[in-house]
Amino acid sequence: MTFFVITLIKAALWAAAILLSLLYLQWIERKVIAHVQLRLGPSRVGPHGLLQPLADVMKLLLKEDLTPAGAHKFLYLLAPFLAVSLALVPVVVLPFGPEVEVFGVRTALHLADLNIGVLFLLAVTSLGVYGTALAGWASNSKYALLGALRSSAQMISYELPMAIAVVAPLLLANTLSLQGLAEAQGGYYGGWIPRWNVFQLPAPQIFGCVIFLISGFAETNRVPFDLPEAENELVAGFHTEYSSLKFASFFMAEYANMITSCAFATVLFFGAWQPLWPEAKGSGYFPTLLFGLAGLVALYHGLHPARPKDRITLPVVALAFFGLAAVFLIPVVRPVLLPVFWFVLKAGSLLFTFMWVRATLPRFRYDQLMAFTWKFLFPVAMVNLLATGLLVAVYGK
Amino acid sequence: MTGVPLSWFLILSAVLFSLGVAGFLIRRSVLTVFMSIELMLNAVNLSFVAFSYQLKQVNGHLFTFFVMVVAAAEAALGLAIILAVFRNRGTLQVDEVNSMKN
Amino acid sequence: MDLVLFLTFAIVAVGCAVNLVLQRHPISAAISLIGVMASLAVLYLLLGAEFIAAAQVIVYAGAIMVLFVFVIMLLNAEAERKTGRSLVARYIGIPSLVLFLSLLGVLIHALYPSAERASFGGFTGGTPQNVGRLLFTRYLLPFEATSALILIAIVGAVWLARKEAGE
Repeated sequence: MTFFVITLIKAALWAAAILLSLLYLQWIERKVIAHVQLRLGPSRVGPHGLLQPLADVMKLLLKEDLTPAGAHKFLYLLAPFLAVSLALVPVVVLPFGPEVEVFGVRTALHLADLNIGVLFLLAVTSLGVYGTALAGWASNSKYALLGALRSSAQMISYELPMAIAVVAPLLLANTLSLQGLAEAQGGYYGGWIPRWNVFQLPAPQIFGCVIFLISGFAETNRVPFDLPEAENELVAGFHTEYSSLKFASFFMAEYANMITSCAFATVLFFGAWQPLWPEAKGSGYFPTLLFGLAGLVALYHGLHPARPKDRITLPVVALAFFGLAAVFLIPVVRPVLLPVFWFVLKAGSLLFTFMWVRATLPRFRYDQLMAFTWKFLFPVAMVNLLATGLLVAVYGK
Repeated sequence: MTGVPLSWFLILSAVLFSLGVAGFLIRRSVLTVFMSIELMLNAVNLSFVAFSYQLKQVNGHLFTFFVMVVAAAEAALGLAIILAVFRNRGTLQVDEVNSMKN
Repeated sequence: MDLVLFLTFAIVAVGCAVNLVLQRHPISAAISLIGVMASLAVLYLLLGAEFIAAAQVIVYAGAIMVLFVFVIMLLNAEAERKTGRSLVARYIGIPSLVLFLSLLGVLIHALYPSAERASFGGFTGGTPQNVGRLLFTRYLLPFEATSALILIAIVGAVWLARKEAGE
């Protein structure tokens, strides 16, 4: 019985966390890209545009919900539903931390630890293509259809190097369970260098990691591989004909897929919740230090304001950061918060890379996109896998 | 008594297989005919896995695995043939592709 | 619990399969087939075949059916045209199919020992470890043969689907 209660509580927490991060990821992305391009980004709704996501949600809710003439009604409705639900499902297997004890209850920081966890993730992400494909087909529009065709071909092609890149770390960890993968990456070389799969001997997965991330860009239809929605050729690609909440579903699905890709990469290559350096050498105080420093910077700028309203907003932000820093010092919640902090920090850095790349690189041409995966990425992934297998076979674990 | 009688799995498998045969016979779009074949393969897979459960052995799973691999190869080739036929004849109806030359 | 799961997904599978046979548009048929495959994956899990369930979704639903949908969209396949339906098919074919199915059901039920019951967790041998071990020892030759088959299929598909010279 307690198992059900705990699982329910965890599920509610997970759902709340992922939906909130979906909402604010879009704000963060707009801010990051704006600052890369020397702009301010959203700044009108609320202080620093913090209420912008809520305004966007309201706008999307109130828009007219159109169904184009000649659309296949059932599939037209099914497509956004499939896209968003398949994008949200993978969260259940992600391990955010080890088994911990909070208020006398022992529980693990994952919803389900499947012994086919990696296969489950691959299966769910491979189904994601139906959302885009059906959306394009059911819309009865040439732009949507072309976008869907491109998307299907692209996602089938990039799934190959992705799957092969995933196999190599599995050889090192010897398990298909994500929690098992996380635990296999514990420990440090020489007391400092973490034994994550990117660094793990005998076969550091540096190439595997890069291949996985590049395929991740393509699988989530992000720049530089956002051919399915190339706006100067295809209006808006596969979701041209969608409006209102159905459009919002595709939008959410894209961000949820991004989060899944980054979290999956974190588990596979960056040691999931394992800290950057050993707990014994004070990594447990890093979050306090980080948030404290951020608070100090905000406080300094609040005392030397560039704009009049900064005099109020920035000290409030500083106070929030100091509060966060203090929370990480409470001994009861530390065992829960620290692994989650490291996981979120790593996945967040990867998400930042996604945004950084979007702000930096131009879009590929379609033939370049296909040639890149089949003639370059796929062979390199193959060589990486063979080399890893050979090294593991010769030097053992 | 808990659990599902294993014969039910076999009956389900038989029903799916028969439906596959029926689809193969009555459909005229070559794509749907092809999908009916896939349905039959799936039905057979289910009985393999059910027998595997009864014998408490993994061998049945291996057969299922091989069927999947063959089905993948078959799908790749079959769809390529369908593409070629469509390019030459401009139709996907099986009963319109009935002459040896154009 | 097992019974409820089985009945739910068996009904979904049969319903989707019937829909596959009755739909005249290929894309509706494809969606129905995906439904059948997904519910079969759940039944595999019930029978303790974890690896096969995952492979079912990845290979069938995630790769083969995506190819089907892709080709349907690429060729812009239309619904089948109605042709002269034979009365024999409608008035004798469907009843005889139902009769045949019920006969088959009764036969299997009568011939097969009904004491055998499947419940979740009754067999946990279908892990990737067990399947892999068998695949690379006892079934190594068939495994290599299928890999050669796949290679031939790829080459054949590329050759068949290529653009004709001068076209």
